[in-house]
Amino acid sequence: MSGAADWRPAAPLERLRERAALLAGIRDFFLRAGVLEVETPVCSVGANTDPHIESMATRYRGPGAARGVTLYLHTSPEFAMKRLLAAGSGPIYQICRVFRDGEAGRLHNPEFTMLEWYRPGFDHHRLIDEVAALLSHLLPRPLPVQRISYGELFQRELGVDPHVSTADRLRALAVAQGIGGAQALDLTDRDAWLDLLMSHCIEPGLGRGTLCFVYDYPASQASLARIARDGTHPVAERFELYMEGVELANGFHELADPLEQRHRFEADLERREGAGLPRMPMDERLLAALEAGLPSCAGVALGVDRLLMCLCGARHIEQVLAFPLERA
Amino acid sequence: MASYSTSEFKGGLKLMLDGDPCSIIENEIVKPGKGQAFNRVKLRNLMTGRVIERTFKSGESVEGADVMEMDLQYLYNDGEFWHFMDNDTFEQYSADARSLGDNAKWLKEQDLCTVTLWNGTPIIVEPPNFVILAITETDPGLKGDTSGGGGKPATLETGAVVRVPLFVQIGEVIKVDTRTGEYVSRAKEE
Repeated sequence: MSGAADWRPAAPLERLRERAALLAGIRDFFLRAGVLEVETPVCSVGANTDPHIESMATRYRGPGAARGVTLYLHTSPEFAMKRLLAAGSGPIYQICRVFRDGEAGRLHNPEFTMLEWYRPGFDHHRLIDEVAALLSHLLPRPLPVQRISYGELFQRELGVDPHVSTADRLRALAVAQGIGGAQALDLTDRDAWLDLLMSHCIEPGLGRGTLCFVYDYPASQASLARIARDGTHPVAERFELYMEGVELANGFHELADPLEQRHRFEADLERREGAGLPRMPMDERLLAALEAGLPSCAGVALGVDRLLMCLCGARHIEQVLAFPLERA
Repeated sequence: MASYSTSEFKGGLKLMLDGDPCSIIENEIVKPGKGQAFNRVKLRNLMTGRVIERTFKSGESVEGADVMEMDLQYLYNDGEFWHFMDNDTFEQYSADARSLGDNAKWLKEQDLCTVTLWNGTPIIVEPPNFVILAITETDPGLKGDTSGGGGKPATLETGAVVRVPLFVQIGEVIKVDTRTGEYVSRAKEE
């Protein structure tokens, strides 16, 4: 990674001007919508417990922490922004760099730009409307909007019900779909098989010439979303946006129950331990904020680099970054 | 042989899959924002030449393949094996017909070939990009035709048949591109 030859930016300067225009367009949209721009710390003593996301860590030593303290780089500004919501901020947004260990590839750079916003009083369906409105503000011409539930999508594309199919049934389907090596994959839970089928067989075709919103995920994939139990199956009130086969955004009707939140953190930590992953300190200040009362709200995180890729037709994320990992 | 974790995957890395050595052509990380990460890998099976796709769970380890490429000098064919030598160590290697495939027709004694070895045994033999070979048989053609238009088949000393311009005659030495099997020019024997 050293040497003098790679001092130049990976993205052409024209691309960086497009990035600046995109950021200006986002800020313009939220200014008009009356959503407040905020900033929260990149480094925190609490960390993400999600077993599929690894935090990077750094150390601070000095006044306030003479012996030094481990700080985790945020993987999204979610926890701190929810503390602001609980403190009565009203609708807020943030554009910031977030960090994820172990993620580098065509669609991943270990640090990347995230747009995240929260809307008190919205549910995930109303937030989908606003994501679509933001994108039609940013795109050169508006795209048709598609909405489909996760259950309908799996029925339509693969003829299975993702809410009830067993891991064995999903494995057999992955083999039948010709995913190389599926038979030998050691995946412990149903969700991993669903992720495999989604990423290999469904995702590449989503959002071709459209904005495709997929909503109501299996309850086991709820993450920090509420679970609705009034339908045939419990579903997580979540959505994802796909554009040109790329996952662009992930939104939740946010869980506000502090006890349920603590249980989910603990369940995450148990799964981490089972998988031999390091234990992460849960964010007690977030739990305290939920205790004090998080207004009913929906929130969404959108990958700005990937949006820029879609806008300019870039195939690799390094084509839209000044200095990706190899040149950082 | 060492194992490689998926985070070490990159183009050119050699792995063992289903008992055959394979070389990674392309490695794509597939990871939902929330959920299981996979490496979707395209590999070439070095024994069959076929391209296959394989998905691994990120973090998984796969056995490496002891594969290396060497420049070896072609010595002779004994009717069954083709024999090569490392000019630095004078160590000799024998390659079977499968590892040569169609490339056997370009091999001329003393030429340097690129040989891929798996566990010390040649599995792929590639001739030099350009070879200089004598014509052993071709139609005499029309005297005085020097235009080169049209062309005719010519059999070379190694048995290969290439199309050559009409003015090229038996006994002459020509330069051939082994990647395309095409005549390049007349050559002086070196």
